[in-house]
Amino acid sequence: MVRAEGLTFYYERLDEEGNVESKKRAVDHVDLHIRPGKFIAILGHNGSGKSTLAKHINAILTPAEGTLWVDGMDTKEEEKLWDIRQDAGMVFQNPDNQIIGTVVEEDVGFGPENLGVPTDEIWKRVEESLDAVGMLKYRHHSPNKLSGGQKQRVAIAGVMAMHPRCIVLDEPTAMLDPNGRKSVIQTAQRLNREEGITIILITHYMEEVVEADHVFVMDEGRVVMEGSPRQVFSQVEELKKLRLDVPQATLLAFELQKRGVRLPDGILRNEELVDELCRLKSKM
Amino acid sequence: MSIKVKNVNYTYAEGTAYEIHALKDINLEIPDGQFIGLIGHTGSGKSTLVQHLNGLVKATSGRIYFNERDIYGENFSMKELRSKVGLVFQYPEHQLFEVDVLSDVCFGPRNLGCSQAEAEKKAREALHMVGLGAEYEKRSPFELSGGQKRRVAIAGVLAMEPQVLILDEPTAGLDPKGRDEILDQIESLQKERGITVVLVSHSMEDVARYVDRIIVMDHGEVRFDGTPKEVFRHYKELEKMGLAAPQMTYLMQGLREKGADVDADATTIEEAADAVEHWLKSK
Repeated sequence: MVRAEGLTFYYERLDEEGNVESKKRAVDHVDLHIRPGKFIAILGHNGSGKSTLAKHINAILTPAEGTLWVDGMDTKEEEKLWDIRQDAGMVFQNPDNQIIGTVVEEDVGFGPENLGVPTDEIWKRVEESLDAVGMLKYRHHSPNKLSGGQKQRVAIAGVMAMHPRCIVLDEPTAMLDPNGRKSVIQTAQRLNREEGITIILITHYMEEVVEADHVFVMDEGRVVMEGSPRQVFSQVEELKKLRLDVPQATLLAFELQKRGVRLPDGILRNEELVDELCRLKSKM
Repeated sequence: MSIKVKNVNYTYAEGTAYEIHALKDINLEIPDGQFIGLIGHTGSGKSTLVQHLNGLVKATSGRIYFNERDIYGENFSMKELRSKVGLVFQYPEHQLFEVDVLSDVCFGPRNLGCSQAEAEKKAREALHMVGLGAEYEKRSPFELSGGQKRRVAIAGVLAMEPQVLILDEPTAGLDPKGRDEILDQIESLQKERGITVVLVSHSMEDVARYVDRIIVMDHGEVRFDGTPKEVFRHYKELEKMGLAAPQMTYLMQGLREKGADVDADATTIEEAADAVEHWLKSK
């Protein structure tokens, strides 16, 4: 679905005459391969390059060096730009910056309308997409009366209406309350499971990563760690050094290990830790 | 010295078709030096409430007393209130505007009538409080990282030397380390300088870890008010309000459901580890 080879990107600083004054490398020789239908998470501290990488996936940015392919299309080929953006949709952190319509269904219809989809087909897609994110009953509402989680789901529906194969979510839950956070993550998981859409989730909430198929960890523009959530979250100390964290159950298991309780590495969920602890207790 | 909120009601667009009763008969007392967590779903009224505390929004009915003085009274200076009760909005770094960090932080005290020298002194102290050394003073605020920008914005409020510091989701969008750094610094301001802190947060884990008292808002009303342990015992009711309990509360409940005789009140990692260790060692 997405493949990068030697992907490198610089932010350039220009002086008053427009000459390049300094260059900061934001993404540094990244190689990655994301297969279709997977749920992928990208972790990394602020400034680690994860959002810059994400912006390459729908060709908001194009590589300075190396290549990125979306569905086999090189993002540097300008004539492929619209196909790429239709194929890989993007949802950002702040819902208020990405909703433009005055009525929910109009907002969702904006994408396919822009692609030149016939009117009947647009309405069909609007209905399907709102249904897929659980927002169909709000179709005639004004977006500004919705909660943050509902707005984010409308934003996801807007991307869905373009029939993408891949959705990149860049910290979609950072501004949401617990319920909103849950509804957005469950929506992403359902679209992945039921519609087979590849999900690339960027987040600072470790709990949201537990169910992912594969996790990439970035630091200084490079992929410094990757693997299943269990492999990645087994490395508590290394993640802390990268300004990251682990899920709460993993953290408690780690704390108990330090106190001499014999627990296995890589516990991710509350239920696993409860079972392990009960097993230990029964042997005492 | 305290803030007292008495029978405060607030209605948006009163008398129109869009009327919303955003605050309903709020009664609260905030004594000096407390670390308070204010939680509630989007639209529960928590931001409206904190905007009342520094006089940005005026109650439709009811009274607010700051250090025993009625803030709606005739001789009360709102300007003074706003310097004593500092409010840090969500994403405060969007409000940075000066050419360098020091000038930005000086803006507040200058506005309160301090001389340039005095303002700079206060600004330096405030920057020190948020962990930014002299090397940052002359840098452009726009060149800093997300976490650093946010600290500059918080320093801008601290430079006015508030007695009460209200922060509306100060860690949204920050990486875990950045989140811990900011909250640790806020905690030390509260502990060492006796500043009262009101933290509006959507992270139940952060609230459990740092605050002495939690106030829960729901549909414009205060639903719970107590220590984290007391409030999170009501986790099922909190879920109905669109909130949750910290992960540790769920873990302890999971153990109890399996018949473990473990203290279920733990809300932080430390407390949970103590409770589990104690249970494992018990006969």
